[in-house]
Amino acid sequence: MTSILSILKDRFSGAILDTVEFRGEQTVIVEKAKAKEVIKYCRDELGFDYLIDVSSLDHLGEEPRWELVYELYALGNGAHHHLRIKYKMAEDDKADSVSDLWPTAGWHEREIYDMMGIEFNGLADHRRILMWEGYPYFPLRKDFPLAGRPSEMPDVAFTDRAPLAGGPFVTSPTSASTVHREPRSREMD
Amino acid sequence: MPETIEQHAAYDSKIEGNIIFTKTDAAINWMRKNSLWPMPMGLACCAIELMASGASRFDIARFGAEVMRFSPRQSDVMIVAGTVTYKMALAVKRIWDQMPEPKWCIAMGACASSGGMYRSYAVLQGIDNLIPVDVYISGCPPRPEAVLEGLMRLQDKISKEGSSVAHFKTEKAV
Repeated sequence: MTSILSILKDRFSGAILDTVEFRGEQTVIVEKAKAKEVIKYCRDELGFDYLIDVSSLDHLGEEPRWELVYELYALGNGAHHHLRIKYKMAEDDKADSVSDLWPTAGWHEREIYDMMGIEFNGLADHRRILMWEGYPYFPLRKDFPLAGRPSEMPDVAFTDRAPLAGGPFVTSPTSASTVHREPRSREMD
Repeated sequence: MPETIEQHAAYDSKIEGNIIFTKTDAAINWMRKNSLWPMPMGLACCAIELMASGASRFDIARFGAEVMRFSPRQSDVMIVAGTVTYKMALAVKRIWDQMPEPKWCIAMGACASSGGMYRSYAVLQGIDNLIPVDVYISGCPPRPEAVLEGLMRLQDKISKEGSSVAHFKTEKAV
């Protein structure tokens, strides 16, 4: 049986940077330039008809900063295959919208724009989805403080800094001992 | 004869029509506190407990507050039940402003009282930043018994309110 990963590797040899298979979970890391082509191929030729989610990661301090993750699923013929496609993108770059392939992507892309500030080429409805139009920050970025920042839009909304009592008490990802991983006060801003 | 009536009234059953003498304040406060129409500002899980308080097991009607009004023009007490986000905050304030005097506010649960566990960029840290709160109810969410206790505390507060005449005078002076 040929796996989905090997099919993709044969078809897009240059664009596939890496593949990961872990307990039946299949992940492809692709080049940004070819990402949409790969996603379209997966939908049209490999039967991945359902887009579960689009999400984004902020690798603050690394280059490139953004990483986008697409979760695809194949419902047809009882296949139930799951495929994850990732690509990295520079901070000043714009992602390509897949809302022309799956209309549902518009919701996810609006959320990514709202929370991370990543913009999408070809997204018809490029508005914020959770925060209000005119809110000046992107709150899921790593350089945005957990407590928030003050802002003011007369007659629409205002925000203020939340009291954190010495916090935020956040865990730090590390391979060192649990003592190092414990939630600790970390002042930002 | 109950103490409250003894204080304020002289009652003579021989008089036809059953006339009761009382103070205007006592009568007005008694009427107000036993017909509190809530504005259910249900914003999160506290609203579920508020609904439970309204249903038959806990039965908020025993305290005259069963008439949940979804129009602020007809409400007396705003029960802020749930997390007030900054996006919702000015809407809550606006609904509060639309309620006619006299009006009261109950902050139900941790979120409405203080932001609760949401020390976050998105959540108002207590509705008392925007509107005056009469009673805070602790809990996450509070049980219906706590909601009823809060309502009874508010009734106590209303029954002790000063002269309505003086109230209107000071309002005019301001």
